[in-house]
Amino acid sequence: MSAADFTQESAALARDRQGHGAALLRFVKRNPTMTIGALILLLVAILALAAPLFAGDPVSMRPAQRLRPPSSTNWLGTDHLGRDVFARTIFGARVSLYVGVAVSVMSILFGLVIGLVSGYFRRADAVVMRLMDGLMAIPGILLAIALVALTRASVTVVIFAITIPEVPRVVRLVRSVVLSVREAPYVEAAVSSGTPVWKILLRHILPSTVAPLIVQATYICASAILIEASLSFLGAGTPPEVPTWGNMIAQSRLFLSRAPWTIFAPGVALALVVLAVNLLGDGLRDRLDPRLARRM
Amino acid sequence: MLAYVMRRLASTVLVMGIVAVFVFLLLHLSPGDPAAIIAGDNATSAQIAAIRERLGLNEPLIVQFLRWSGRIVQGDFGISIFSNEPVLRLISQRVQPTVSLALTTIGVAVALAVSFGVLAAWKAGTWIDRCLMAVSVAGFSVPVFVVGYLLIYVFSITLRWLPVQGYVPIEQGVGPWIERLVLPSIALGLAYVALIARITRASMLEVLAEDYIRTARAKGVATAPMLLKHALKNAGVPIVTVIGIGVALLIGGVVITETVFNIPGVGRLVVDAIQKRDYPVIQGVILIFSGVYVLVNLLVDLTYTLLDPRIRY
Repeated sequence: MSAADFTQESAALARDRQGHGAALLRFVKRNPTMTIGALILLLVAILALAAPLFAGDPVSMRPAQRLRPPSSTNWLGTDHLGRDVFARTIFGARVSLYVGVAVSVMSILFGLVIGLVSGYFRRADAVVMRLMDGLMAIPGILLAIALVALTRASVTVVIFAITIPEVPRVVRLVRSVVLSVREAPYVEAAVSSGTPVWKILLRHILPSTVAPLIVQATYICASAILIEASLSFLGAGTPPEVPTWGNMIAQSRLFLSRAPWTIFAPGVALALVVLAVNLLGDGLRDRLDPRLARRM
Repeated sequence: MLAYVMRRLASTVLVMGIVAVFVFLLLHLSPGDPAAIIAGDNATSAQIAAIRERLGLNEPLIVQFLRWSGRIVQGDFGISIFSNEPVLRLISQRVQPTVSLALTTIGVAVALAVSFGVLAAWKAGTWIDRCLMAVSVAGFSVPVFVVGYLLIYVFSITLRWLPVQGYVPIEQGVGPWIERLVLPSIALGLAYVALIARITRASMLEVLAEDYIRTARAKGVATAPMLLKHALKNAGVPIVTVIGIGVALLIGGVVITETVFNIPGVGRLVVDAIQKRDYPVIQGVILIFSGVYVLVNLLVDLTYTLLDPRIRY
């Protein structure tokens, strides 16, 4: 942040007492990408949660009405089994958002614990980091499809399979923060005054990891949504009867020229949600992590 | 330098060893008996016992791992359960389409991305910069298969400019070979371009703020040599690093792209193997892809000294 920005910001703070509405407006003006991303996500989340109330039936098949183009009864047409593409697209958002959030929460939790231990205890570090290097060398999508293929496909298995390749990235991030913070004078002071290790980790080191982890969580969420769709598309993801965007595209592959809406409706939805999460992440990064923002 | 190369090689071998452990455990620690999985749903218990004996599954896990990895080191990746052919032969039959796709994609993507990044950094803050960066965020967000189907729909089905799908070996003519690689390379390269363009821009912005750039400008160096010789060369290390890291993205993308465009490559092989639960093939392909990734990043590390003579090992 430059000096000019800083004075602007303090002027803004001074004006803040005029009311929350004006403050909100200013926030929106300063962070257009973040606002757009957050709004799209909010809208999609509401639609996904309220899906059973308005979207219609995503599973029942009407063979007589297969591959119908968009119309007033089927807003986005029907697929090769006569299922309503609009309903399936809306219901697909539920799985995507659930997988995205679950994977980011889980990989942050695992990565945080492993990273804190590995960064603080020198002896654990060498072993843990070699294991993480090995895990990172395996292409994430391949590892995930192999994990899903070995067990029975279910949404929970998919979440675990996507989480495992993401963990090493979080571990590396947390470890780098711990390594730089553990030499800080306030941590040395805590160590020399006899603070127990768990307290040092939780009270003095953990807070420094929060900002970069929030940014990382959004990027993990975006990539998890993409990988889930890719796994479903390859037939190694959520069971085929679950309406997900990846499954919809996989099942409509042969009908691309006759019924392009069956592929592009879920495709656009997928791209839009991932874009929104990425925009939110970029915005958060610019606000929370100015050092990284300058580098990007 | 030699000592550094040896150390880096040793750590590469170590990483590959760990990868091998993971790939081995993938099959052996998964729920269910590998022999029963291999034998299929209709096998009798006698058949399963025979398979256990044949594969040495009654031995301790560590003995099994040492035997398995010993064979891998000698180039024996096992026999496909489904086709009864050696895994390595199956893979080598499929290498050409995959390597063609990967190399054309990397070539085109790196050329485009670096130009975009340099242009965006040079014009930083203008609408050119904003457009290029908006496109690059979008490039990250649109999945390979959606881009692929969009390209097929527009260029193959509607405009009929290019063939829809498939692969023609290069021996049968460079024209048809290229024709069928254009769309897959664009689909696969989009995310890669986005990644490299962002890093190029960031790295260039940092270098363009240096004193020696101002000196070069002041003494009248023209814009193009200034950007390419003075700035880009010094911005090289992060760009080459991300080209290496991005290979992981590319490998994941290859698997999907080959499915979309019906290209009979290694990616297609592993997807088919997963659907048929052909474990030796799955393990072999994962090992080889990981090996390629590790080797590419080793090469990237070794090029640092070429790019920046200040780096000494």
